[in-house]
Amino acid sequence: MLLGALPFFLYVAVFLLLPIGVLAVEAFRATDPVTFEETWSTDSVRAITEGPYRRAYVGSLQLSLITAVLGAVLGLALAVAILRARRGRLLRRLVLTASGVLANFGGIPLAFAFIATIGTSGVVTALLTDTLGLGLGGFTLYSMAGLALVYLYFLIPLMVLTIIPALEALRPQWREASDNLGATGWQYWRHVGGPVLAPPVIGATMLLFASAFAAYATADALVGSTVPLAPLQIANALSGDVLVGSENRGKALALGMVVLVGLVMVFYAWVQRRTQRWLA
Amino acid sequence: MTALAEAVAGAGGVAPGTPARRGRRGAGAWRYAVLIVLGVYFLVPIAASVWFTIRERDGVSLETYAEIPGAEGFAEAFTRSLALAGLTVVIALVLMVPTVVLVNLRLPRLRTTVELLTLMPLILPPIALVVGVRSVLAWAPDYFFGTPLAEAFFALQEPALPWILVFVYVVLALPFVYRALDAGVRGADLRTLTEAARNLGASWPRVLVSVVLPVLRTSVLNASFLTLALVMGEYTIAVILGFETFPTWIVRISGSQPQLSVAVSVLSLVVTWLLLLMISALDRRRGTKEST
Repeated sequence: MLLGALPFFLYVAVFLLLPIGVLAVEAFRATDPVTFEETWSTDSVRAITEGPYRRAYVGSLQLSLITAVLGAVLGLALAVAILRARRGRLLRRLVLTASGVLANFGGIPLAFAFIATIGTSGVVTALLTDTLGLGLGGFTLYSMAGLALVYLYFLIPLMVLTIIPALEALRPQWREASDNLGATGWQYWRHVGGPVLAPPVIGATMLLFASAFAAYATADALVGSTVPLAPLQIANALSGDVLVGSENRGKALALGMVVLVGLVMVFYAWVQRRTQRWLA
Repeated sequence: MTALAEAVAGAGGVAPGTPARRGRRGAGAWRYAVLIVLGVYFLVPIAASVWFTIRERDGVSLETYAEIPGAEGFAEAFTRSLALAGLTVVIALVLMVPTVVLVNLRLPRLRTTVELLTLMPLILPPIALVVGVRSVLAWAPDYFFGTPLAEAFFALQEPALPWILVFVYVVLALPFVYRALDAGVRGADLRTLTEAARNLGASWPRVLVSVVLPVLRTSVLNASFLTLALVMGEYTIAVILGFETFPTWIVRISGSQPQLSVAVSVLSLVVTWLLLLMISALDRRRGTKEST
């Protein structure tokens, strides 16, 4: 019987664990520029903690943290709004189907939709500057703020989809009980709804963080390498310059991303344990 | 980790059906504010993109859309992406259907491990994965040159149909495929059905084909559509490994034909929409069948 599960484990070992393992080893290799001899070295790993690479990591962490939190708050608000709407069946269906589509609508097409909207020659840009004479107030799509605006377009729907089941699991009886005991809306959320929702909300926020942190296609199509982001630096190291050793730097940068995501997951597991203990 | 796993379950895009408690009268004008602001935020880019593609100097025309099929490189890149998607769906299902069934029925102690492994691609940045894949592929010229293994490595990277993309896409699809199939297996009383089939003398492969697959039909379709959408939109892996697929083609032509690139983007949004509507229609049909 164990044999039946073997293909799965083999597959995952070859196509998921092996590449990551190779990354972890080869990030510590260096090629001599003259003799092309390979040696062990921490040069690449040390290089990525400085200068533009460090800025790229910080930029990526900032962008994903801000968009994850904003996406979680707005997505939660939207989810609560459609669940509690009167005569809301149609509205709820509409928002949920749209969320399903838009959460899967990332990457390249999304970038071009925004370029057509508020890019340099976008429709809304033209409307605001030429027709209304307002201008964009210093906003540009090709910046960190622009990326955040685009990322939210798939992060908010993702939040709605992931948090709706948890919201539906909140029993109406709990609210009725707390109302009957004279609790205010705030007290209900502070002592009942909030604690029950905390673990799924934190989990969903982590998921948003991971998607924003990993997003490469949208950033590549929008800003090239003008905004400091780790995925863009990796692509640069692999293709842009032909310097010897840039390939190894790409590996080190990729390993750095894996390590950062790993650290965030460890933190997440710790928070989950804490909240579970708090609930118990 | 479990909450995250629960979170992923929702990412499939199928609307849950239970109605919620009715809201209290008068409470919450904020709700309308949220709906209006987010409604504008989500509708404006779509409307603007459509307008961007149909406006002409003298009015409105659908010419850009008519140009798509004949555009240079489109047919090739699009069919390649479709082929990659089809192969990915087949391999992912062949790999995961037996695994999910086995884990649920016979090997429950492997459940946690399998679950964790299938969730990894969701957390792991694809760009990091592809750098690793590139490093492994580089072994062929570096270490194995002249051996059959190197030949196999090169065959995987045939630009006309790069199988390596298929294998990596299967990994990216694992979270969605696993969750969809797992939900299907848990929803149906598969244990009783397979035991009945086994008692009647069916072999395990026979059970898989004649019992498990029909029962899991909706989950299999669900997993297939999600995988299809994923592969048709995947950019990172393809561009780093240097292959041309549908999304990388859009980026290539965007410089010279901005209207065309936006038109294709709008179309791909519409296609994703249709795909997911089909999933939810199928899901509803199953729902009504079960209730009667």
